[in-house]
Amino acid sequence: MRLELHKVSVRNVLWGDETKVERGTLFVNREEMLSVAMKDNRFARAELEFARPGESVRIIPVKDVIEPRCKLSGPGEVFPGFVGGMQTVGEGTTLVLDGAAVVTCGPIVAFQEGLIDMSGPAADYSPFSQTNNVVLVVEPVEGLDQHSYEAALREAGFRLGWYLADKCRDSKADEVKVYEMGGPVEESAKYPHLPKIAYFCMSITQGLLHDTFLYGADMKHLVPTLIHPNEKMDGAMVSGNCVSSCDKNTTWHHLNDPIVEELYSRHGKELVFLGVIPTLEDTRLAGKERTSWFNANLARMLGADGVVVSEEGYGNPDTDLCMNAAKCEKLGIRTVIISDEAAGTDGKSQGLADAAPEITAFVSAGNVNEMVELPVMDRILGYDSSISNLSGGAEESLRKDGSMFVELQAIIGSTNELGFSRIGARWI
Amino acid sequence: MTRRVVCYINQFFAGMGGEEQAHVPPSARPGTVGPAMQVQSLLGEEAVVVGTVICGDSYFGEHLEEARAECVRLIGEFKPDLLVAGPAFNAGRYGVACGDICSAVTEKLGIPSITGMYRENPGVELYSPKTFIVKTSDSARGMKDALGAISALAVKILKGTPLGAAEDEGYFPRGIRKNFFHETNGAKRAVDMLLRKLAGKPFSTEYEMPVFKRIPPAEPVKDLKNATIALVSSGGIVPRGNPDHIRVSSAESYGVYDISSLDDLTPENFESIHGGYDRVWANEDPDTVLPLDIMREMEREGVFGKLYDNVFTTTGTGTAVAHAERFGQEIGERLKKDGVDAVILTST
Repeated sequence: MRLELHKVSVRNVLWGDETKVERGTLFVNREEMLSVAMKDNRFARAELEFARPGESVRIIPVKDVIEPRCKLSGPGEVFPGFVGGMQTVGEGTTLVLDGAAVVTCGPIVAFQEGLIDMSGPAADYSPFSQTNNVVLVVEPVEGLDQHSYEAALREAGFRLGWYLADKCRDSKADEVKVYEMGGPVEESAKYPHLPKIAYFCMSITQGLLHDTFLYGADMKHLVPTLIHPNEKMDGAMVSGNCVSSCDKNTTWHHLNDPIVEELYSRHGKELVFLGVIPTLEDTRLAGKERTSWFNANLARMLGADGVVVSEEGYGNPDTDLCMNAAKCEKLGIRTVIISDEAAGTDGKSQGLADAAPEITAFVSAGNVNEMVELPVMDRILGYDSSISNLSGGAEESLRKDGSMFVELQAIIGSTNELGFSRIGARWI
Repeated sequence: MTRRVVCYINQFFAGMGGEEQAHVPPSARPGTVGPAMQVQSLLGEEAVVVGTVICGDSYFGEHLEEARAECVRLIGEFKPDLLVAGPAFNAGRYGVACGDICSAVTEKLGIPSITGMYRENPGVELYSPKTFIVKTSDSARGMKDALGAISALAVKILKGTPLGAAEDEGYFPRGIRKNFFHETNGAKRAVDMLLRKLAGKPFSTEYEMPVFKRIPPAEPVKDLKNATIALVSSGGIVPRGNPDHIRVSSAESYGVYDISSLDDLTPENFESIHGGYDRVWANEDPDTVLPLDIMREMEREGVFGKLYDNVFTTTGTGTAVAHAERFGQEIGERLKKDGVDAVILTST
């Protein structure tokens, strides 16, 4: 399977008569893009705003971040199940607006969305302080139930991501990256002496704002399955969740999965990358057992020697994490896990809600409870009062002058458990 | 500004004698004595060792309270900015004395303290959460390295230089997790670690698995018909408006609510503020999480004696285990005091 990512570099974003990229600047036709956003009768009103790296801007409450991508050739369309028809993806060429992002924002149900600061201390913790963001702020029609609201905003994000890329499809790529790899049988035969590695992408699948979608299917109704790494880069997995914003995998993270990148880059040299196993985090014990047995069994059938396990969220998913690691290790399949910690604001509490002695290789994505001071920003996109309802915030978080004192977990992507950033908790 | 340092040493390093002099009580001398001289030379211009406090190891061990109080007083009289004790290497009594004085000085005088020990010194386990204990070799043959490491850490602390992780600074961890930025991202660190693990090469996990306390369950209720039962929940069901401002996640508090006059939870009187689950249905009927309605029904039917008048509730998502443990202990004590026989815990 061969996928070419044609990356068009975006270093600035401006309004324009025509949506296009020119010399690193993304011009956006505001009316046209708004009309794409409003192609859903569940919205009463929508606004588009820009937030650029380095600006004194706070975006809150953020639901999802989507990298603009569209297919140039090959079967299917990016975000299958939401945009375009229903075909498997991961082949041909895909256009990427590298450095741009669509950010969806609005007072949805106000609980686990997060914030993005484009400058100041919080900027160091989030990849989205480095992207040129087109921010969609919506208001739903009166009486819209929360599940429909979430779905409407989620779908709007994919529609807009695809719209921006589609309008720029004639742009010349600044960089072409090729991802080419066969299936697990073929690749294992090619490199018989290298360790064979699978990747469990644990995903929150627990209801409103806690769901993940695979080819448009709500994953909480699925059992774990196997996909080619290329499929992930073409939008096969998307976010419908906001499980504490610090450690949610936004759609942008799924498209730019650092574990996929890392395993791919070492494939055929240090290891054999067998594929991605999108797996779920059920709310029920039986679901957690079923899922972890499936995962371990899939890894065994693939002939895996080792597995990288990434968590999404914290708390009850710690149990899925332990079960996944323990069951694999008992089969002789070695594991490494990536997880954040909830060690308390003083850092003195144990960091996991569950533990397994089999977890001997743990990569820390940071303590979500550590407090950070966020200065006043000149401009607020969205509603800063919603901090009192966000994980990591409290009623006293927002001070009269507009500054905030919050837990790190209020910042989108700050302790991402795909290991996207360099952060990690250590002993002092 | 001249920063002031006081050193603490035992009778042996003060040149007073070995075991036969271990009974000497605390005393203070201005300036440097024994290893304090070397500390001063390592600190250079950064700080002045204004005094040395000395105590016999046996005296300290046998008169713990008095010795500690007297040492803290003597040290305090020098008005120091920092205390350096030892290093004690693998000397058990000396290690305990150094750790104890450092902890007391930090607590009572509010200044940082540093000592040094070998990893097997019992003082490490006892005092590492309370003071900086620099890693040393097991004997005074390692004095030069130990004092170098102690002085380097002292200068950083005195100058307010941000410290790195315990491993990088060379002291025993104080049981605190702090965020740092590594050289490489988590994904790369994970794949590196997995490949080392598969190859049978040494690797360092970034977090050792915590060991959970196992709480033995209470005896079963023998007489349900006359039992008082309480409802306790981490499902975030609170009176409408969240009067105690319990956080939606990472709660550091819980609420106690009188339900003695209620038979049913409704969207009008209660709500879910929990940040970790889909609470749409819990808000339509809070009984789905905190089953007051069914408990009242069973109470009327005489299935059990009485429903306790208060419910305890918090949000169990991202809650630090230390807080959860405290909630449990406080709630348990109150229930026991009020004669509650059993509890139904509902989670989400």
